[in-house]
Order: sequence, then C-alpha cells, then structure tokens
Amino acid sequence: MISFSQVTKHYAGRPVVEGISLSIARGAFVALVGQSGAGKTTLLKAINRLVEIDSGAITIDGEDVTALPLAALRRRTGYVFQGIGLFPHMSVAENIWLVPRLQGVPIDGRAERVARLLELVALPPVLADRYPAQLSGGQAQRVGFARALAAEPSLMLMDEPFGALDPVTRSELGRAYRALHERMGLTSLLVTHDMAEALLLADRIIVLGEGHILADLPPRELLAYRGHANVQAMIDVVRDQTDRLDALGRSDG
Amino acid sequence: MSCEIRPTGSMRWGDRMADIGIALPDLLRLVQAHLFLSGCAVAAALLVGLPTAILAARNRRIGAPMLGLISLLQTIPGLALLALFYPLLLLAGRASGLPIPALGFLPALLALGVYALLPIVRNGVAAIRGIDPALVEAADGLGMTGPQRLLLVELPLGAPVILAGIRTAAVWTIGTATLATTIGQPSLGDLIFSGLQTEDWRRVLVGCIAAAALALLIDFVLALMESGLAVRSRGRLGAGIALLLTIVAGAVLPIPDRTGSVGTAPGRTIIVGAKNFSEQYILADLIETRLRKAGYRTERRDNLGSAIAYRALAAGDIDVYVDYSGTLWANVLSRTDTPPAKAMLETLGRELAQRDKVRLLGSLGFENAYAFAMSRKRAQVLGIGDLGDLARASPRLRLATDLEFLNRPEWRAVENHYHPSFSAARAYSPTFMYRALGDGSADVITAFSSDGRISAMDLVTLSDPRGALPHYDAVLLLAPRPAREARVVAALQPLIGRIDIGMMRGANWMVDRDNDKRTPREASAWLAAKIGPAM
Repeated sequence: MISFSQVTKHYAGRPVVEGISLSIARGAFVALVGQSGAGKTTLLKAINRLVEIDSGAITIDGEDVTALPLAALRRRTGYVFQGIGLFPHMSVAENIWLVPRLQGVPIDGRAERVARLLELVALPPVLADRYPAQLSGGQAQRVGFARALAAEPSLMLMDEPFGALDPVTRSELGRAYRALHERMGLTSLLVTHDMAEALLLADRIIVLGEGHILADLPPRELLAYRGHANVQAMIDVVRDQTDRLDALGRSDG
Repeated sequence: MSCEIRPTGSMRWGDRMADIGIALPDLLRLVQAHLFLSGCAVAAALLVGLPTAILAARNRRIGAPMLGLISLLQTIPGLALLALFYPLLLLAGRASGLPIPALGFLPALLALGVYALLPIVRNGVAAIRGIDPALVEAADGLGMTGPQRLLLVELPLGAPVILAGIRTAAVWTIGTATLATTIGQPSLGDLIFSGLQTEDWRRVLVGCIAAAALALLIDFVLALMESGLAVRSRGRLGAGIALLLTIVAGAVLPIPDRTGSVGTAPGRTIIVGAKNFSEQYILADLIETRLRKAGYRTERRDNLGSAIAYRALAAGDIDVYVDYSGTLWANVLSRTDTPPAKAMLETLGRELAQRDKVRLLGSLGFENAYAFAMSRKRAQVLGIGDLGDLARASPRLRLATDLEFLNRPEWRAVENHYHPSFSAARAYSPTFMYRALGDGSADVITAFSSDGRISAMDLVTLSDPRGALPHYDAVLLLAPRPAREARVVAALQPLIGRIDIGMMRGANWMVDRDNDKRTPREASAWLAAKIGPAM
C-alpha cells in the first residue's frame, strides 16, 4: 500500500503539489489525470524520488521512501516513461537485464529470463540480440516494459508510457499492459493526460488540478461526475467525441 | 680560412643522413623524447581533466568558473607557460625542501599538461551534458547509483566526444612540445631551434616535418578509435588501440646510442647545457664527447635562456655548460665595473664557489666579446690598430652596429673612454651589419669577437688599451655535484685554455656559413681534432 500524507512540492516558489493526502491499495490500477502542470508527474516521481518533495511523507507498505536506500527503492519499483530511454549502446537483452545486473544477479540465467520477459510483452525472442536503433517505437516501449519488470517489482510507475506511440500501437500496448497487471498482481500508477485512456485502463482515476485532487473516483462513477468545471470539461470531451463518432457511424449506415 | 673536415673515425656509413643534417639515431631519439613527453602530458591532462569535466558537468555552479579558468590558462602563450614553470618549480623546491627538478621533463610535462586540459575538459563536459535526458532519466529510474550511471551510460555514450577532445589535445600537445626545448627538455624542437639559430634550414625542416608527421599519425589513430566508438565497430576500435600501443612501445623502446651500446654505460648521466647559438651547441658537443670518452652517459639541455642557464646550473638541473665572464659578472654578481680579464676571472671563481658552490674550471682560451671590427686592408690604409686610433679617425668613418649596441653600457663606456664622433652610426640586424661592411656602406662594425665571419671576411678586431669594453672569456662552469667529482673534472680539464679565437671562429663559421654548412657536431669534431692529442 502506498500512502501520501500532506505532500507538498514547489517549483520556483510556485506550488505544483499542495498538501495531497491519499492512499492506494495493493493491486490497484490508478490513473493520475490532469492538464499540463497539474502536478501528476511530480506526484508519481515523488514515489521513487526522482522528485524530492518539500514536505509531507510518502510510505510504501508503511516504510517512508526517504528512509530507504535510493538505489534499492528504485530497483524494486518498475519505472516506464514517455522517453522510453533504452540505452543505445546495449542490446535488447542487456537493456532488459540491467536491474538484475545492478543487483548482482549472476548472468547464467539471463538468456532464459530475457526470453520470458520478451514473451511477456509479446515480442519474439530473436529481438534479444538486436540494438534499440533496430526497433520500432512500439517494440522499443515493449522492451521498456520488459526492462521495468525484469526485477519482478510489485509496483509499476508509468509516466505517459504510451505518449510517443501511434494510436494503434498505443491502444494495443495499453491493453497488453492491463492484462499483465492482472496476471502479475501488480500495483500500477499511470500518469496520462488522456482521459479516455485513463477511463479504459484504470480502476480508479485521480484528477489533479493546480496541485490539488479535484476528483478521485472509479471510471464508471467519474463518467457521472458533476462538480468541478475542469473535471467535467475533461469528461465532456471524451463523451462528446464518442457521441460524434456514434453519430458518424449511424449516418454512415 | 681553412676548415677542412677530417674523418673522425667513429662515423660509419649510413650513420648520418647527409642530406638532412642529422644522424638517424639522434633523430629517432628526439622523436621518442617528443612522443614520450607529449604522451605523458596528454595522459596527465586526462587524469586531471576527466574528473574535472565530470564534476563540472554535474554541477553547473562549479562548471562555469572552472571552464573559465581553464580557458584563461589556455590564452597564455605556450612559450610563456613553459618559462613560467621554471621559477614556480624553483620556488616550490625551495619552499618544500624537496629536490624538485625545475628544468627539463617536469616543467615541460606540467606546462603541456595544463595546455592539453582545455579540449579534454570542454569536450568532457559537452559529452556528459549532451547525453539524451531520457537516458539519464532511465538510468536514475532504474536505480543506478551516480558512479554506475557514469560507467554504464555517460562514459560509454560520451566516449566519441571525449575522444575527439583527446585528439585535439594530442595534436596541440605534439605541436607545442617543440617549445619544450627552451626549458631544457629534448624534443623535435631541438632541431627547429638550433636550425633557426644556425640558419640550417634542413634541420628546421626535418624538425617541423617530423613533428607534423607525428601529429598526423596520432590524429589518424585516434580518429580511427573515435569512429570505432561512434559506430560501435570493435574492429576499428581494436585496430586503433593496437596502433596506439605500438606507438607507445616505440616511445619507450631503447635506441642504440652513438657508441653502439644501449645506454647502459657505467657512470651516471651528466647533463650538458647550452644557450641558443651555434658556438654553444659546438662547445656542448665537445664537452659531451669528452665525457662519453670518460665513460659517462650524457644528456643535453639546449636553448636555455641566458637568465635560466646559470640558475639551472646552481640548482643542479644541469651539470656543466659554457658561459662568458662578462655575462656572469653583470647578471650573476650584478657588478657594473670592468676589471681586467684576470681579476674578473679570479673574483668570479671565488664568488661563485662561495655563493652557489659552482666551480669555474677555467677559461677555454677565447673571448666572445663586443669588439670593433673593420676590413684588414682599410685598417692598414688608415693606420688604425686600436680604439684610440679609431676615435681619431672617426669623423670620416661610418659605424654599423647590431640593434642594441647603441643603447648598451658598452657603448657609453667606449664614448667615455675614447670620445669617438662617427659621421654616421646606424643599427642593423647582424646579417645586414656584415653586409653593410661588405658593400662599403659602413667602415666599422660592432662584432662578437668569436664570430666566424671575422676570419671569413678577413676583418681585424681593434684592441681596447683603456679597458672600456668588458671581457667575455668563455668559461667552463660545473654544478656543485660534478665540481666534487674528480673524474668529471679530469675529463674536462684538458679543454681549458686550448681553444684559441681562431679555432672557435673556424668552428662557428662551419656552422653559420650558407654554403657547405656543417652541423654543430661536425664542427665540434673538427675542433677536437684541432685541439690535438690531448683529446
């Protein structure tokens, strides 16, 4: 379980996250949604301390993240982001095997484990010896997921992981990850500015605006939400698009 | 004048490349010294520069001033930087009481190292800062520690840019290392500087071409490694590394010296100093030959500045060199009077021994002093034999001097003692001064008394009965340590009083003339043969 208590972070004197408290249950799939500058990425990165908060506390299973050794905290937390960040001078297998390597796991089991991880993200095993430059964007982010999962984390932090992918790949990979989440019993936090993506993938959606939580509901209830104008606007966009697509379909047929 | 070359016996066929003015083993030794010095300087710069670059790349608050400081150091001219390290190290040695050598390898290494720092640090910073931020975020997000990120990500990815900086540094250093000769560290600059002084353009050319070839070679090898890193080609990288290792091996491999042995002769190495003109090179060669015959190994520190040479001797950085009594009198003892030659030598011998434990072994037998010279025929016609006669005839005569003579105390002394009033007095660069005399646009010149052109042009030097001009007897000086070594003294003693002015002029002429130019070594062999059986 992850809990935030009165978490605050300022950038250049301006609060990006202000006094946020919430807790996330083990096995949850939570989407953090909001416009640019809403503080969603800051909140996510505060968990593995890519961002250091100014005040408040974050705990994972009761342990304060600041009390844990930084490297250990990050190695047991999967992290996937829009930039993907595969190392161009390492093969796919070397990229995937990085965290176990940092943990000093003997290399003997590498080939087998890498093959299993590739299979998990639906990539053929021959890719193991390729270099990142030889992969398509979708393949690269699948490798990114495989790398994040290599050390068998129970918590996955994802910052716009599908942001740079084309819509087809994006939808495909989103669904594939959702399946992995179920199968492996992960706790997943997904930052996205795409409300439709959040509604379709997550069990719980937290809408952030100007450093505060504007709404915190399961998808179905969020669709029926009436309250903060900004939140409603985000939902309206999705609903409006769906309606127009429906209308388009009907007029066609 | 006569200056036939007698075979010296020690020269074998192929020992000398007649057309380039230097023996091949000597050239190879200079190439080696040059490579070794440059390599060490770049390695030292790398050792300091890379951590500095990493620090500067990580912390902008340190980075900006650090790069500024290094850029500032870079603006100091190479020659000045080299010269600055001499007094710095001298001071450091005195302050710490440690035997820090202020001349030769150490200051050259430090100066060149400082010079090589900028491209290494600048490219290092650019390499690390230029890494895709996504990769840095990935490295951090995966839980790499700082050192892990450096070793696994930043250095491998920055390697091509870092290597490009090393390449620039290496090429600069190989070029600048030619200046190391001015602080007594052998390099290809020896050829360039001595060639310039003796107007032996073959030596200048050989030195320049060799240095350029070395720079191109190293640049090629490093470029090969750089491209190997950039395209991740193990073949290219491996070939580059293999070539580099071969060059490193070549830089430290022993080369047989002139006597054929591989530098394992018994006895210690004696360091012979020389200032930057032909006569000094010839005499240093002569001294080397004597010492080698006595079983010593020798090394040279050429092109020492006049101010540096004596201090280097007193500090033990060089063991022996030839200086001139008048120079020591004015510069070392800070005296302004002009006593007779004998008194000056006695005082110098006593004071230098007392002050610095330096031993003045004695005068070689000739002077290299300012002297008034004119053509023999004209002097006879006008009946001029000394400066008194000259002063009386001066209203009808034109004087040509070198560029500084008319501002020197020597000229004031001559005016005070003889009251000449020449119809014209003009300053020329030395070569044109002699031409002015040759083509009749001047009647009298101020020559250096051991200049080979005095004999070659059949000039006479006028005597100085009132003692206006100071004496500049060529004297052999020994540093404190060799001064106490009987074998060294015994090896050099036979040179004292054996070189008369005619012999020195002859040897200088062989090196300075334009046609049938000889090297200082050949001139010293000629001189040795002239001196005779004692040698």
